[in-house]
Amino acid sequence: MQADLTVILPEIVLSFYALAALLGAAYTGQDRMAGMLVWLTAGLMTALALWIGTTGEGTRTAFDGMFNDDGFARFAKVTILLSAAAVLVMGQEYMARRDLLRFEYPLLIALSAVGMMMMVSAGDLMALYMGLELQSLALYVVASLRRDSVKSTEAGLKYFVLGALSSGLLLYGASLTYGYAGTTLFSGIIEAADGRAPLGLLIGLVFVLAGLAFKVSAVPFHMWTPDVYEGAPTPITAFFATAPKVAAMGLFARVVHDAYGGIVTDWQQVIAVLSLLSMFLGAIAAIGQTDIKRLMAYSSIAHMGYALMGLASGTVFGVQAMLIYMAIYVTMNVGTFAFILSMERDNRPVTDIMSLNMYSRAHPGRALAMLILLFSLAGVPPLLGFFGKLYVLRAAYEGGLAWLAVAGVIASVIGAFYYLRIVYYMYFGEEREPLETGRSPVQWGFLMASAAIMLLGIINMFGVEGMAQAAAATLVN
Amino acid sequence: MIGLEHYLTVAAVLFVIGIFGLFLNRKNVIILLMSIELMLLSVNINLVAFSAHLGDMVGQVFTLFVLTVAAAEAAIGLAILVCFFRNRGTIAVEDVNVMKG
Repeated sequence: MQADLTVILPEIVLSFYALAALLGAAYTGQDRMAGMLVWLTAGLMTALALWIGTTGEGTRTAFDGMFNDDGFARFAKVTILLSAAAVLVMGQEYMARRDLLRFEYPLLIALSAVGMMMMVSAGDLMALYMGLELQSLALYVVASLRRDSVKSTEAGLKYFVLGALSSGLLLYGASLTYGYAGTTLFSGIIEAADGRAPLGLLIGLVFVLAGLAFKVSAVPFHMWTPDVYEGAPTPITAFFATAPKVAAMGLFARVVHDAYGGIVTDWQQVIAVLSLLSMFLGAIAAIGQTDIKRLMAYSSIAHMGYALMGLASGTVFGVQAMLIYMAIYVTMNVGTFAFILSMERDNRPVTDIMSLNMYSRAHPGRALAMLILLFSLAGVPPLLGFFGKLYVLRAAYEGGLAWLAVAGVIASVIGAFYYLRIVYYMYFGEEREPLETGRSPVQWGFLMASAAIMLLGIINMFGVEGMAQAAAATLVN
Repeated sequence: MIGLEHYLTVAAVLFVIGIFGLFLNRKNVIILLMSIELMLLSVNINLVAFSAHLGDMVGQVFTLFVLTVAAAEAAIGLAILVCFFRNRGTIAVEDVNVMKG
């Protein structure tokens, strides 16, 4: 028991902090404490990320295998915690000025982070479900945080209905898996599904994959993404685009390798199709968008397609490529959303792409940073985004999915169009009423840091490659 | 004699009714919440039936977790719905359309 609790200590610390802060803020300062709570939560998350990243060693399991603490979980947790902290800090000024900075906001983000940490560590269908729901329930609420706006509440409602549907699908699959494997433990399921699985287990697998595909917003389960991204307040959209995606991808990898690792060929085709559809829909549907938040939604659908491509190869290298891709994707998105957060005119947030016309003349530094990020998102060499794509393409090719790799290259060329269109507007568009620059030095810092990482990371990727390799090796056996 | 397959059939039928309720219903968002509840409860039937069949308690523990989460989910769904109603003045499904898609 004592040993079990030591393994989940980071989760315990974060959830106790969230509960204590919730009580404390409700009884005393209410929303006046919100600004301080944002910094406190972000600080605690960063500290936990450092703690998990530096002290964790080896593979430990707790509660009879229900909870795993291995290299893979630690890699995902550090990414999740750092990106959540970054998004909290850079959105603080935006939320405060628009009167959205309620004390529940940082605490809900903290609770959803606890859920995400559970997800990537799950070793049992019950742990998986509880983690997923803790994350999702917190996210439904933050999506509709702007209570007096039709758009925000509509986004929350749509997210809730489709999210609940996906949880239902996943749960139905979990119940079939339990029935035919006789256990909910991943270690038991992998024995029951070794080589050939009974039909009930395969149907269960398909339902579980469908539920997970909803959470990573892979086509054809992506319908909620553009509306939720557009409707939610921008800092919350930034959060949706980063940490939950890493967690859902981590859970995806965890389930297919830990529970269904014996029937790779069965899920490989499903994931390959999800990946193919996501890449193409993300690339093509984004072309007609005029709202930058909707555009980022389609962009994230396409990026999830590439990450799934790594997973589809079913190899250790595939998981490594997926982890590297997700780490790069999160870094790029933090920078891009720092830029979107600073877009405003007359103190009102602007999300129209056309408003960026000739942005480079007024703010050359910011425009250059955004140019680097957009090129990196499009996968233009020699930026870091290109290397992320290179890894997943290589993984797919070596995993025997050469057709998927070729399709990925084609989709990436199509997708480059809409990123480059934004660059075109920024540098050569018609003259318009200029955008004001955001006043927050924090957002400027994140934008510049993210762009700098895209440039400097090509030297050695800051060692992420080796870390991802070690992490992937602990998952696949 | 009522066996495992009968329970599974009932659960599958309820689950499909739930999914159809989500997609075909054009009237009222409350019906969506009811459909979601129906899906989760059909999963519970599955879990309890498997649990009795296998002689294994884990399925029933799982059911209790699902029940608890379903209650929390319904509470959050209704809360979001109340906020939406205050802004929009209606809860008809076809009026959830400010954003295209």
